[in-house]
Amino acid sequence: MSASYRFAINVTPKPGILDPQGRAVEGSLGHLGIDGVSGVRVGRRVELTIAAADATVARSTIERLARELLCNQLIETFEIEALAAPDGSAETRAASGGGS
Amino acid sequence: MTRIGVIVFPGSNCDRDTMHAITLAGAEPVELWHEHADLQGVAGIILPGGFAYGDYLRAGVIARFSPVMRSVAAFAAEGGLVLGICNGFQVLAEAGLVPGALLRNRGLRFLGRDVHIAVEQADSQFTSLTGPRRPLRLPIAHGEGCYFADPAMLDQLEANNQVLFRYVRADGSVAGDADDPANPNGSMRAIAGVRNAAGNVAGLMPHPERASEALLGSDDGFAIVRSFVESAAASVGAGDRGGVLVR
Repeated sequence: MSASYRFAINVTPKPGILDPQGRAVEGSLGHLGIDGVSGVRVGRRVELTIAAADATVARSTIERLARELLCNQLIETFEIEALAAPDGSAETRAASGGGS
Repeated sequence: MTRIGVIVFPGSNCDRDTMHAITLAGAEPVELWHEHADLQGVAGIILPGGFAYGDYLRAGVIARFSPVMRSVAAFAAEGGLVLGICNGFQVLAEAGLVPGALLRNRGLRFLGRDVHIAVEQADSQFTSLTGPRRPLRLPIAHGEGCYFADPAMLDQLEANNQVLFRYVRADGSVAGDADDPANPNGSMRAIAGVRNAAGNVAGLMPHPERASEALLGSDDGFAIVRSFVESAAASVGAGDRGGVLVR
């Protein structure tokens, strides 16, 4: 029997990779009258539900999916975040993924 | 007649121009639809420009998983000649068939204009007919063309002669990394095109097929198309498909 698990995968540019979007956002803050914000990095968040035998299988599938599709590990890093399951049961333990 | 495959992804938009340039070069273009794994016995393959799968997620990444790309990877592994232009370069990079990655242009804007590039390896299968060294003038049309590789990989590419094209100024001097209009997207070491270690797979951001007739303002790109067609023909003439490997 399988259960449903919901995850978020947060993909961000690796440290040191030029992020012109982040720079543009940072540059616009002055016009808002906001000072003191630095280090803006713009990434991408993907949320999904997966049916799997158990939480370990679910997570390892998500890791593969993140490594092979959602994240280009040459330029990006990712973190996997467990969300509340779609059936309402809570699996809220967050852990970092395989991004390096 | 030498048959050259042109992959058509949903969102490809330079496939027709590329097929036209192939015809001008005396070869027969063959459309290869992304859902079909059969390469129809072509002698070489070009991945054209466009916005395959809408460039969703990252430019080129979803195209990488299409059925035809498994065949292209196998073709490349056997030494078959493969060229990616613009979006085709992005697909090859995402597939790991050429080294590096293409990031958002440093200035964030989509750029459509002419640039100058220098041919760094004049004896490659993609450049053998480009003639004496002078900058080529080719158009670019991309939003994500900033070439990236880490410093160790860049050094390795230089040492292996894998940098095929570099952005230069009109006088031929190499463009700077940043804040130099001659390097339109801020590519590291002004790299505009690279090839794999074996030398049979290459990608570049500028569009040689859009500069293949004097009528279009420049025919500097035609030498690249002709080099590719001639090398593909030679690889077939040598016996097995793509059997000639430079390295």
